[in-house]
Amino acid sequence: MAEKTIQIEIKRQSGPEAPSTWEKFEIPWKPGMNVISVMREIAANPVNSNGQETTPIAYDSNCLEEICGSCAMVINGKARMACSALVDKLEQPIRVQPLTKFPVVRDLAVDRSVLFENLKAVKAWVPVDGTYDLGSGPRIFPQQQEAAYPLSNCISCCCCMEVCPQFNDATGFVGAATIAQVKLFNSHPSGKVLKEERLRALAGDGGVQECGFAQNCVQACPKQLPLTEAISDVTRDVTLQVAKDFLRA
Amino acid sequence: MAAPKIIVVGGGLAGLAAVIKIAESGGNVDLFSIVPVKRSHSVCAQGGINAAKNLKGEGDTTWKHFDDTIYGGDFLANQTPVKAMCEAAPGIIDLLDRMGVPFNRTPEGLLDFRRFGGTLYHRTAFAGATTGQQLLYALDEQVRRYESEGRVRKFEGWEFLSAVLDSEGVARGICAMNLRSMELVTFPADAIIIATGGNGAIFGKSTNSVVCTGSAQAALYQQGAYYANGEFIQVHPTSIPGEDKLRLMSESARGEGGRVWVPRTPGDKREAKSIPENERWYFLEEWYPKYGNLVPRDVATRAIHKVVYEHGLGIDGQPMVYLDLTHIDRATLDRKLEGILEIYEKFVGDDPREVPMKIFPGMHYTMGGLWVDFNQMTNIPGVFAAGEAEYQYHGANRLGANSLVSCIFGGFQAGPNAVAYAKSLKPASGDGGHAQELARQQALNQQLLSSSGTENPFRIWRELGETMTQNVTVIRYNKNILETENKIAELMERYRNINLSDRSQWANTSFAFTRQLWNMLQIGRVVAQGARLRDESRGAHYKPDFPERNDEKFLKTTKASFDATANEPRIEYEEVDTQFIPPRPRRYDAAS
Repeated sequence: MAEKTIQIEIKRQSGPEAPSTWEKFEIPWKPGMNVISVMREIAANPVNSNGQETTPIAYDSNCLEEICGSCAMVINGKARMACSALVDKLEQPIRVQPLTKFPVVRDLAVDRSVLFENLKAVKAWVPVDGTYDLGSGPRIFPQQQEAAYPLSNCISCCCCMEVCPQFNDATGFVGAATIAQVKLFNSHPSGKVLKEERLRALAGDGGVQECGFAQNCVQACPKQLPLTEAISDVTRDVTLQVAKDFLRA
Repeated sequence: MAAPKIIVVGGGLAGLAAVIKIAESGGNVDLFSIVPVKRSHSVCAQGGINAAKNLKGEGDTTWKHFDDTIYGGDFLANQTPVKAMCEAAPGIIDLLDRMGVPFNRTPEGLLDFRRFGGTLYHRTAFAGATTGQQLLYALDEQVRRYESEGRVRKFEGWEFLSAVLDSEGVARGICAMNLRSMELVTFPADAIIIATGGNGAIFGKSTNSVVCTGSAQAALYQQGAYYANGEFIQVHPTSIPGEDKLRLMSESARGEGGRVWVPRTPGDKREAKSIPENERWYFLEEWYPKYGNLVPRDVATRAIHKVVYEHGLGIDGQPMVYLDLTHIDRATLDRKLEGILEIYEKFVGDDPREVPMKIFPGMHYTMGGLWVDFNQMTNIPGVFAAGEAEYQYHGANRLGANSLVSCIFGGFQAGPNAVAYAKSLKPASGDGGHAQELARQQALNQQLLSSSGTENPFRIWRELGETMTQNVTVIRYNKNILETENKIAELMERYRNINLSDRSQWANTSFAFTRQLWNMLQIGRVVAQGARLRDESRGAHYKPDFPERNDEKFLKTTKASFDATANEPRIEYEEVDTQFIPPRPRRYDAAS
């Protein structure tokens, strides 16, 4: 009997301006493989299914346990993390391509720095007075912790932005991940000191108003963040803030 | 005088902690990281962070934390810095709490604490089972704040290659490679802090992230820095074997009541849940009645090895044992352990709330690292180190939940100490060695690019991992270690005949990997040789031929220096600071 193999097709692009092509590979199957281990096999033996020598695949990865957020890509049409994409659960040929809403660096590696810029714009931090000893933090009841914790699990993978029909150059929408962080920091006893600034940053073009309620984000999120709930809560707060600012003016 | 310029390499907890302290004191920082710092390996830490806050009415103290840490590390750690760390830990927890880390809470709204290995106290603060992620994000957010104020410049997607040293051997900056343009640049600095984590990659598969190659430490070692206690490698008792890596199953699973067992009958084919209580062997509870499942990691790892390889009782004859949580109710599991249970569910496919998990020990933590003095400075003036990249807080075995506190404490020390050092630094003569270092690194790149051999770097790496895992982890024999040393020498020869299957000069990840690989081989040798020469058993280092600890000969820090001519390590030893707690036998099975 022939050795069991995996068929995989990878969309490749040698640089940001280069044309893209699909390259096919046939890799020996092993139990428990994920898409990352397939790419490692290619690196150890960079030959495509036509028997031609090729280059190893460029892709981002780090923790391989779906917590660092690096290895997001589109696998069989779905934006997801490559490390938790188990080969035995995927239809073959497995088709892998880079996220489509972010500039390609090379092959499957894309530039997602826009999310980190957005987090700066909404001041996604607690502005502590200093790191010297100022005693214990505020009392927080378990219910509050249990509400905050899921939002704090966002791994910045950008899957929610990839699948959002509104996340594009035309709208400049910040996307669900950033809005969820606004909710997180606005609900923290000392983080809320910046609440008004954060809400103002999400008013107007590119802010919460761009959301079209497609609800793709919440389905794509690998960490099950309550994204639609966060968007609706923050939208309400932004509306109130805009009204308040209008009355004050 | 202008504010000192400090370069921090590595954006995990230690690096970010250093950056925050420097920025806060008015210094300027350039932060270099291979990955966006929010994706650093600290994100993987699960169980929690230790501090003797004594919020459970148990009479816990920072002294007891200190004693547990020293005893857990089998007395190899210098006591002065460990004592300082344990004393600072409660304040660090408060600070993290103020930064917004969503720690689990008691009904009164106070921090909740759980038990961890190697202690009898509830001393571990936790945020679900993703504490490292939550801590990393808190520090990442503070650094982003400083970045937006212009105090910090981030160089993400740059890899540290070497320190720039002047004619007197004093650090004047770093040489780094842009991982997109592949361009080499030297950056000036008055002091540099290396916070690049552990070196799991030299074992091929480990619980570490892809970037944990130890490459930066190895580069500095080849530039004259001492590498200390390299042979002390923590093999975590409970990891999930995988094709691409070993995924950690946190000690918190046992901290919350998880029990380790095997069927008493070899090769028992029954489903775990159908095996009656009296046909299960809870070997940790039987052998270590006082600590039970929460013995330190080295002890638990050896016990699992023994049960599997000597008693032949691995599940279904495989190298695996059960870690069982199914007796704990779902709500408690979800509240305290959800993150790790999800990992098991996703990567194995079984629900650990219903079915006992199958686990086995896996390489996890690098106790050794760059030698540093009590100010966190290496023997190269101006090069500091913090976090897992250095050696000084965990001795021969790290206790669970001590890594996060040592990273943050080490960063908090290194940052201000680097600033103080930089303020008194005399100006460099000439260009401080920048042109020379750039030329040296360019030549190394050229050499690789023009190599037209036949050896695939990823296959060399696999072979390195296999020999290291086989001979230099849980059970060590000198004959086998020597085999590994010879194997590494052979791999180094083959490296000279490397075939870069990708020579392009844009985002060439295999080129960057091939550069790291040389450094991995170097540090693998340090680990192996240190292990061979230490003829005793201490903490994670266990030799059946020398089963006892030998304080007379080996209560000493191993210091490896690089002999460039011979291209191999030279080992020397240094006295350990034991001024507070006299060494005593380490016995978790007895009433101690």
